Amino acid sequence: MIFDVEHETMPREDLEKLQLMRLQNMVARVYENVPFYRKKLDERGVRPEHIKKLEDVALLPFTEKQDLRNHYPFGLFAVSRENIVRIHSSSGTTGKATVVGYTKRDIKTWGQIVARAFGAAGATSADFVHNAYGYGLFTGGLGIHNGVEEFGATVIPISGGNTRRQAMLLRDFGATVITCTPSYALHLYEAAKEMGIDLKELPLRIGIFGAEPWTDAMRADVEAKLGITAIDIYGLSEVMGPGVAIECAHVKKGLHIQEDHFLAEIIDPETGERLPAGEKGELVFTTLTKEGLPMLRYRTRDLSRLNTTPCRCGRTTARMERVTGRSDDMLIIRGVNVFPSQIETILLETDGLTPHYQLIVDRQGTLDTLEVRVEVGEPAFSDQIKNLQRLETKLEKNIKEFLGITAKVKLVEPKGIERSEGKAKRIIDLREKA
Amino acid sequence: MKVDQLSIFLENRAGRLAEVTRILSETGVNIRALSLADTSDFGILRLIVSDFEKAKEALKASGFTVGRTTVVAVEVPDHPGGLHGILEMLRSAGINVEYMYAFVQQSGSHAVIIFRFDRTDQAIELLQQHAINMVPGDKLYKM
Repeated sequence: MIFDVEHETMPREDLEKLQLMRLQNMVARVYENVPFYRKKLDERGVRPEHIKKLEDVALLPFTEKQDLRNHYPFGLFAVSRENIVRIHSSSGTTGKATVVGYTKRDIKTWGQIVARAFGAAGATSADFVHNAYGYGLFTGGLGIHNGVEEFGATVIPISGGNTRRQAMLLRDFGATVITCTPSYALHLYEAAKEMGIDLKELPLRIGIFGAEPWTDAMRADVEAKLGITAIDIYGLSEVMGPGVAIECAHVKKGLHIQEDHFLAEIIDPETGERLPAGEKGELVFTTLTKEGLPMLRYRTRDLSRLNTTPCRCGRTTARMERVTGRSDDMLIIRGVNVFPSQIETILLETDGLTPHYQLIVDRQGTLDTLEVRVEVGEPAFSDQIKNLQRLETKLEKNIKEFLGITAKVKLVEPKGIERSEGKAKRIIDLREKA
Repeated sequence: MKVDQLSIFLENRAGRLAEVTRILSETGVNIRALSLADTSDFGILRLIVSDFEKAKEALKASGFTVGRTTVVAVEVPDHPGGLHGILEMLRSAGINVEYMYAFVQQSGSHAVIIFRFDRTDQAIELLQQHAINMVPGDKLYKM
């Protein structure tokens, strides 16, 4: 089902005209209201009126995650505080989180794009949606929640955690759609099985999964075990949240970008040059309608490619290939974004630990695991086992507290971590790649 | 009455212990007593050696994390109840034994046991009050 026929099936020529008009408005708006962007545009000698065609977006400066951090918390907002109706934030240690704000209209837009996503996934207003994304500062839970209500289906705001209760309510309420990370879906399946509940026997028919990379093999696994159609949803809080792009259930080959709201480009992550259509590179988004926190050419660090050929589902919007990697060192562990530098900060707050550490990411059964190996220096060393174990436990607790992920900390000997050309290899990701 | 013990952090994998003994052997340091405590991931090797400084330097140069711990070498009467008498005395004084291990050689008719106490100075005082002999470091290293 196509929720918004007008915008999802617009002839590309008309869509591009609409995009250009909105881009021009947006650039004028940020030039007027966001000192950061005005300064950047002035430095490049670019004025809003220089945007004459869609390709002129290349005249605009990039925005990076660091820019948001530098203006923590609200420095890049384009409207006055009284017009912001909601705040969300990405995970991060104190002061390093990226904070995003939405106006009333932004929340409405977000709800609409998520509603389109549910239509694309094959849902109807009769569906019961078990929303197991975390509610709170994370955009997943509330973003999906709003969208389901906008769509007209029924939302069950179960949020994350308490897996046994989730299995029980899936059975009792008879939800037909589930939204969570794909690895959590598999975890839920295992937990339910132990309780004697076979998810395959339940009315569940669609899963809308996102917030972490997954493979086709994993999709096949989830579909077989849960007896559902698994759909990929894409989004990031800096651009909006979940729903920026969605797979269509008919074709499941690429995710339709909500192009009337987001202008997508693919660039070479090294040079920043725009790449020709169909080439693989880093995905960059410019928001076209967002009021609270507009973004000029936000670098997602996600690697993908764009396909503008018409889709059999009838949508005319460009499709992005499922994200297969990143151009930076960000890890996604059980749906949580983790930068090695955040782990480093926690380690270095502890006396006697060297900045030599290594992160080993793996997948045990259905869940991602993180092992943090850290070299133990003389000041942290003790002749007593209990002291060293206490150190490990304390680090595990701090990681859990600041980053929200469960990690196993393992102390190793100095030089116990492999170094290549003097630079330590920080990350070993043993998870299966797409 | 205090004795220097060398503590070494070891990862729990094949060959690490042998690496320590190789270095000590090449440095010409004799191991007088040892104990190994371990978890599934790592271990702590505790050594009394003939030359503390030399051993420490050599191990540090090879990249090991080493520490110095003060322990006490206590002469324990070599008959039934000999160790128990000493432990009982420590217990009633509220001194905790963090760990202990036996020395290889005897001192006369006594066994020598290395103790790591939670309160080393009080333990020494208590042992002296009860006329329990302790082996000083310089003597112990050469035994």
